[in-house]
Amino acid sequence: MSEDSSFIKWPYPILYEQEDVVSSEVLVLGGGIAGCWAAISAARQGASVVLVDKGCVIRSGCGGPGCDHWAWSGDNPASTLDPDQMSHDLMEARSNWTNGITSYINCASGYETLLELEQMGGKIRDTEDEFKGAPFRDESTKMMYAYDYENCTIQRVWGHSFKPALLEELKRLGVKIYERCQATSLLTENGKPGTRVIGATGLNVQTGQFVIFKAKATVMAMAMPTRNWVFSSEHRGVSSFKPIVNSGNGHAMAWRAGATLTNMERSMALLLDGANTYPAYGDGNNNNTWHPCNMVDADGKEIPWVDRDGKEIPDVESRSLPSRLGQEMFLFVPGLGGKSAYESKPPMLLPDIQERVLKGEYKLPLYADLTTMPDDERRVIWGVMVGNESKTKTPILKVYSDAGFDPEQDLLQSYYMLGGSSMMREPGNIRERMIFSGGGGVVVDWNLMTTVDGLFAAGEQIFSTNGHASAATTGRHVGKRMVEYAADVNQAELEREQIEEEKKRIYAPIHRENGVDWKEFNMGSCRIMQNYCSEHKTESLMQMGIDVLDEYEREELPNLFADNPHKLGRTVDVMDIITVNRLILNACMMRKASSAYLNFDRLDYPQKDPPEWHKWLTLKQKNGVIERGELPIDYWGSLKENYEAHSAGKRG
Amino acid sequence: MRLTAQESGVNDMSKYDKQVYAKPNQVTPARPAIFNEDLCTGCNACMAACQADVFIPNPVEGKPPIILFPDECYYDGCCVEECPVEGAIRLNHPLMQKVRWKRKATGETFRVK
Ligand SMILES: Cc1cc2nc3c(=O)[nH]c(=O)nc-3n(C[C@H](O)[C@H](O)[C@H](O)COP(=O)(O)OP(=O)(O)OC[C@H]3O[C@@H](n4cnc5c(N)ncnc54)[C@H](O)[C@@H]3O)c2cc1C
Ligand code: SF4
Ligand code: SF4
Repeated sequence: MSEDSSFIKWPYPILYEQEDVVSSEVLVLGGGIAGCWAAISAARQGASVVLVDKGCVIRSGCGGPGCDHWAWSGDNPASTLDPDQMSHDLMEARSNWTNGITSYINCASGYETLLELEQMGGKIRDTEDEFKGAPFRDESTKMMYAYDYENCTIQRVWGHSFKPALLEELKRLGVKIYERCQATSLLTENGKPGTRVIGATGLNVQTGQFVIFKAKATVMAMAMPTRNWVFSSEHRGVSSFKPIVNSGNGHAMAWRAGATLTNMERSMALLLDGANTYPAYGDGNNNNTWHPCNMVDADGKEIPWVDRDGKEIPDVESRSLPSRLGQEMFLFVPGLGGKSAYESKPPMLLPDIQERVLKGEYKLPLYADLTTMPDDERRVIWGVMVGNESKTKTPILKVYSDAGFDPEQDLLQSYYMLGGSSMMREPGNIRERMIFSGGGGVVVDWNLMTTVDGLFAAGEQIFSTNGHASAATTGRHVGKRMVEYAADVNQAELEREQIEEEKKRIYAPIHRENGVDWKEFNMGSCRIMQNYCSEHKTESLMQMGIDVLDEYEREELPNLFADNPHKLGRTVDVMDIITVNRLILNACMMRKASSAYLNFDRLDYPQKDPPEWHKWLTLKQKNGVIERGELPIDYWGSLKENYEAHSAGKRG
Repeated sequence: MRLTAQESGVNDMSKYDKQVYAKPNQVTPARPAIFNEDLCTGCNACMAACQADVFIPNPVEGKPPIILFPDECYYDGCCVEECPVEGAIRLNHPLMQKVRWKRKATGETFRVK
């Protein structure tokens, strides 16, 4: 192949195994939302900061292309709930199956973080008065709210502007940025897992160079794993909700370094992703970005909305207000199941629409109908929300408009036939699952330090933490805590043997001429999860999964090959994906009870949520063996007191 | 039996003169972005904003980047947004994901192009 003139020479110099050594006080792995905020907040404290990103900081990660909802800013002046009440309600709505620490940080500092973002150049209010007088706009601040217009817990923002603003600030502060560099492992004192983290290694995915990062404090911000149950490059693209860069490297390297992870058993049926889906936020629906859009059937018959009691809601505006029958507020929380579910239940499209379609009451296909929406609602959905929601500015707003879509005249088809909503898909292949909101990750304390000294985490890297504002606020919080930590520790010497081992591990695929490529390996490891760790779980089925996984690691992983630095990076990714799959399988085997909130069904332990299992199950690696443990569901103690003791106000 | 060109209904074989190569199938979807070569200056700004590393620079200076890994595209359109030349690059949703809509007044249907 190499002599074939139809192939272009690799455009970058090949620097496989060549070392570059970089030192800083603070090292940030991942240049997404959490990573950028962590780097900015550390640099503002005067620390020297290095930021490493696998892609390009300007747009990489889930939040790179945008954000339309800034959620749970309990400190925003219009919110009727204070941070305490808000975090309490959110935790209760999720039966406490959420991360109290990161949830509280979000509720208590969401708004002050947003104001900082505005100073950097992010657009957070309707400065042009385009929505003057709209029911979702606060006239004095020009801020705009979503979902519950009375309680103002979620803000509408122009998040397409955020990532470029963060990048400018990073540059202004002199943060050293290493792009197209994939962090592959953590370096530890004495080279042993579980000891203090003193740096990391990286692979440049354009040149193949090996970069050694030395630091006093390291933060992981590499988001949630993806591609564990489902991967199809042929169908990827628009239908993949999460970007390819987020492949669980952080989870795998934390595991290898001896950090404790939890909640890895939580996954959910595939949503917004997979082979047969449509562009995210780009088909007719009434959810999320499109709330509270009218939906009609093929004959134009409108589908009603109902309140929490199933009573029809008479007008559009009331879809964004608590029920008139005594409801104080509603929350928009996926996976509601807690005791306050009824109290905070949002208005919704007819919940039994599927049955009614089957009975012939509504004719397929269904459509989203912006034409009959009030003018300001139509313009805010098609223009602000679709436009700033991640992955919508060009893919939906521009491409559809260029092809002639006119929200004043046209009905957008829904492809989720019976549900009419991409957020409530009719069941497809039940074996296809994903880690999503509330998924597993590393355990942290109030400084957002993991269980390993010197290793911190922010954003979706932390268990049960997700959302743009949550990533921003935790990044902002951790940056300061890392600088405090770094002031008290020395720069340790690196262990040569650990570096050599890592080079051997990651460069092995370039020394093979052929074998299994990363895509096939990814699909193969997904099948392990589909067959042995999907909707229906049993002890023996999952043990079979572990056995197959062991076999693949023994027999197939050593056949992985890569013939350029880009493919080498993707190959290292799939090696991490199978590691994460091992964590998931082990976590699932540990939980010997089913759980509604965790979407966790064990055929051999069918009882749902018995109280003795209401706790976090943890796992970590010690001397190559998996050490299992547990934490109380509220291991963080008093939220308010701890937040105050560890937040910027008290300590810097 | 061998048919002459005329008998087999093909009069002019010269139109098949083009060399035929043994090429593998291409990956699908293969064209996440479409360049307008007349407008593109080859500045590679689109490439720099691509988190998935879909492009590599063209060895011919001034030409649009090469789409090397179309199967990894996230379809976020960030390449298009970063391009300084209006119309030099456009995002092209795969055929199986081109969504349709209906004009309410006429019932006519349209789709993403
Ligand atoms: C389409 C979409 C729309 C969304 N809309 C909203 C919204 O409107 N509101 C909201 O609250 N939330 C939204 N979310 C969720 C929100 O974007 C995420 O929760 C948030 O971006 C998480 O931040 P993060 O920093 O943890 O991860 P990300 O922002 O995803 O960043 C992870 C970063 O890590 C880097 N990385 C990964 N592996 C490595 C490695 N090995 N080495 C170096 N770097 C690495 C990646 O390149 C990336 O830059 C949306 C998500 C998606 C996918
Ligand atoms: S749409 Fe996004 S992922 Fe695809 S080529 Fe453009 S920048 Fe890259
Ligand atoms: S940014 Fe635009 S002009 Fe520059 S190379 Fe890309 S398509 Fe061409």
